[in-house]
Amino acid sequence: MADKLTWKDMEVGNIVTEAGSASFRRTGDWRTERPILDKEKCIKCALCWIYCPDVAIKPSEGGYYEADLYYCKGCGICARICPAEAIMMTEEEEK
Amino acid sequence: MSRRVALEASHAAAEAARMADVDVISAYPITPQTHIPERLAEMVADGELNAAYIPVESEHSALSACLGAAAVGARTFTATAGQGLELMHEVVYVASSMRYPVVMTVCNRALSAPLSVWGDHSDAMAVRDIGWIQVFCQNNQEAFDLTLWAFRVGEDPKVLLPVMIHIDGFHLSHVTEPVILPEQEEVDRFLPRFHYPFALDPNRPMTHGAFGPPEIYSEAKLAQEVAFRNSKAVILRGWREFGDIFGRYYHPVEEYRTENAETLFLTMGSFTETAKIVIDARRGKGEAIGLISLRLWRPFPFEEFRRIVKDAKILIVFDRCISPGMGGPVFSEVRSALYDEEPRPKVVGLIGGLGGRDMSEKDFDYVISRGGEIAEKGSEKMLETVGIRGEMVGTGE
Repeated sequence: MADKLTWKDMEVGNIVTEAGSASFRRTGDWRTERPILDKEKCIKCALCWIYCPDVAIKPSEGGYYEADLYYCKGCGICARICPAEAIMMTEEEEK
Repeated sequence: MSRRVALEASHAAAEAARMADVDVISAYPITPQTHIPERLAEMVADGELNAAYIPVESEHSALSACLGAAAVGARTFTATAGQGLELMHEVVYVASSMRYPVVMTVCNRALSAPLSVWGDHSDAMAVRDIGWIQVFCQNNQEAFDLTLWAFRVGEDPKVLLPVMIHIDGFHLSHVTEPVILPEQEEVDRFLPRFHYPFALDPNRPMTHGAFGPPEIYSEAKLAQEVAFRNSKAVILRGWREFGDIFGRYYHPVEEYRTENAETLFLTMGSFTETAKIVIDARRGKGEAIGLISLRLWRPFPFEEFRRIVKDAKILIVFDRCISPGMGGPVFSEVRSALYDEEPRPKVVGLIGGLGGRDMSEKDFDYVISRGGEIAEKGSEKMLETVGIRGEMVGTGE
């Protein structure tokens, strides 16, 4: 989309007048590690959901919380904050 | 009724900011700018000016706070000098790229080292490429007038760019002269309230300062450049309307006794007034000489400049700054601006007045005489200077 804009399409000061447009950006492709949830250990406390700086962790079925890998940058804050050590950061290359 | 009062240029600039009814002032004191934020702090403390005064820990923060204030639509003012301008260097680019019409007075000061608090134009020349509208003042009245004008032009919805007003450190900032202060009603007629069309507002969320990946950065810079060049029309209209209300008319290139001049002398800022005395003396002897001064430095007034100098045989440019390994920055730009012109004057450059060194009438007289010689015979010297002790050696090549 951005590579179609001409200089005449630029907003004054390159202001983005549309709210929430960051959601169009696939920030997940920056990731080198991804969080893997062990549902056996998860106590459903939601701390990972609260602490995720990118709002990439979302409530999932059964009361769990899981990362949306489209946005998750792999920072590892969820794994660090988890009191049950239920989240493991795994190298992207590993399946 | 307007009032004629004795003011130093610093206080004239502060008075203009007060009469412009600025909303936010954020500044860090530095010689020779100190009297501006000091006077504004007094005005706010005494209730003469209803503004938020933000004391900060550095010039980097001073301008950053102004940008934040401008982003919510506040009329903002700051001032700095020399090293302070260098410390805020990163942020000055952000102001113009994000199109925040901050107004800043710079009391021109030499850059370290050796440590100098005194005036020259090395700080101004280090910020040539920042995308701010930039003007130079010759006297204290202009420090007042151009500050009012700066808000009017910068805040125009077609412009939305920051404006920098250069006043010579000490030679203007600390010198007391008569200044005509207008009635508030006249100021209000000239300067409407600022309505920033993209003011941050929780009810209308938007993003200021988003990043620009390679597929968009070039387009963003071209859009900024077009807006910058297009600001010229508003700059000129602003000066016309200022003249119609206040009776003083300003021009991108100021002329003094240029009629039929074969030789033109070019100065910037306060030295222009001293140079006028020398021009008068030489005109008195029947010499066809005139003086020009670049008031508008950015955007560069190509059209007016070329029109004014085209019939002269010699143009002598006086710089108060050395661009190391290059020479005088004003000289370089002026010569470049004339390269494609036919006919064009022979352009020569001399440098002096560095780090607060006074330039007397005698010095300017030398610059003009020596400039004429160089135009005729050329120069073998590495740099042509005035008032600097010791003989200048050859080109080094």
